[in-house]
Amino acid sequence: MDLIASHISHRFGDLAVLDDVSFTLSAGEVVAIVGPSGCGKSTLLSILGGLLQPTSGAAELRGAPPADSLNPLTFVFQDFALLPWATVEENVEFPLLHTQLSAAQRRALVDDALQRTGLTDFRKAYPKQLSGGMRQRVGISRALAVKPAILLMDEPLSALDSQTRELLMEDFVRLLADGGMGAVYVTHNLEEAARLADRIVVLSRRPGRIREVVTVPITRASRGETAAREKLLALQNQIWSLIRNEAIDAEREVQHA
Amino acid sequence: MLDRVPAADMPANDEAPRRVRFRGAGFVPASSRFGGWIALALVIAIWQAAGSAGFVNQLFLPSPSAIVRAIYELAVSGALWQHVSASLLRIGVGWLLGTAAGVAVGFAIGLSRLARSVGITFISALFPIPKIALLPLLILWLGIGEEPKIATIALGVFFSTAISVYSGVDAVPRNLIRMAQSFNVPFATIVRKVIWPGALPAILAGFRITASVALLLVVSAEMIGAQYGIGAFVLQAGNLMQTDQLLAGVVILSVFGLVVGKVIGWLETRLLHWR
Repeated sequence: MDLIASHISHRFGDLAVLDDVSFTLSAGEVVAIVGPSGCGKSTLLSILGGLLQPTSGAAELRGAPPADSLNPLTFVFQDFALLPWATVEENVEFPLLHTQLSAAQRRALVDDALQRTGLTDFRKAYPKQLSGGMRQRVGISRALAVKPAILLMDEPLSALDSQTRELLMEDFVRLLADGGMGAVYVTHNLEEAARLADRIVVLSRRPGRIREVVTVPITRASRGETAAREKLLALQNQIWSLIRNEAIDAEREVQHA
Repeated sequence: MLDRVPAADMPANDEAPRRVRFRGAGFVPASSRFGGWIALALVIAIWQAAGSAGFVNQLFLPSPSAIVRAIYELAVSGALWQHVSASLLRIGVGWLLGTAAGVAVGFAIGLSRLARSVGITFISALFPIPKIALLPLLILWLGIGEEPKIATIALGVFFSTAISVYSGVDAVPRNLIRMAQSFNVPFATIVRKVIWPGALPAILAGFRITASVALLLVVSAEMIGAQYGIGAFVLQAGNLMQTDQLLAGVVILSVFGLVVGKVIGWLETRLLHWR
């Protein structure tokens, strides 16, 4: 199943946030969206996932989702969006409750999702008992339970400290490695984008337009190698030089607002 | 590489080091465990001593022992239960009716744009009315029995409940609702599994307020016109200058308030343990 951003523009009142953004995410592909703060990255993701109606243009799907997918387009949120009154397993089961699945089938999906994120021992814990990294693992586990075709990840690591970020990044690389799931990964962190994505969509400052779509020249599987790391660093620098001046302008603008 | 300087290698300096003065004391909102009880016991003891020694006129301020005696005599004679049960019935029925309606209307306002625009207008207009002022009108409408008293309590409880419920619904984090929508969770399930538990803290906090509103209104209503009930009893005792009886009634009201507060506190720890 492909996800297509088709001439998406969006305004909040007088404020133009996105301007004619188009790109296509093929099945199993990982696309990162980067850009200066306030460039509409998260807005674009909300539109792609059907949580926000664009002022013009549309998010479109092409092709059928995998037959076993319960929620083809599934979000992973920056602030985790866990139900604080529910345990880890109840949070993971939450999106399954309204489906036709039997309790045993739900249980099997929950068990599998918890196991894939290393949460099995924490299934009875409440979110407030967990560290930020574990909370986001619950968010990922919940997303995996519905067997998504495409993960829509909205700065999933930016609420976490750098060590936790590194650990979760390794999880993301592993989960997306087999190409069974695609992802749109919104981030302001160029290193995350370069490590995870097949292509990087670079947005301009508000109103966000596509400045460039950069294809990462190394396959995802071989990015751990030393030679690859240097190339990725060069790529990051190249993208940073694209957005640096705009990032400075964006920062000034935010401070004046 | 980090520079590691062994203690012996520290730059030579003959001056003796001074300890950094601790300046972070106080300003912690903590109370000592028995302080409150000791203070209460102390006040009662002084009160009793002043009464026993004859410093205080027993007519104007009976001593604690006289109040306890009055409560005991009321209990033995059966009058206590007669008054308490009459008040409890009014509070119970009135509070339940007001709460049920308030929760329903509060949820409607919290969830529906139409209900919000209509509901908030009426609530803003009617909430500030002291509900006891409506008792005479309610007596005209409903007769002189239990109904107008119960209706007064229900009205008072209703408005506070409706306001705390819709504020609670409004305070449910939007990101949780968006999360549920992103998983195609249907409206009814979102209300049951996200909005209801999310609003529950505010609803229970509202119960504390409505319980005291109900107590206030039951006493007021009983003072205006009732044969039995704590309010009627206190008023009667005052008219007859039986201040020990009067204060016995006040103590019973205070105990009732405390018990209700404890019950709500228990509900909160049971239902909101996740906080």
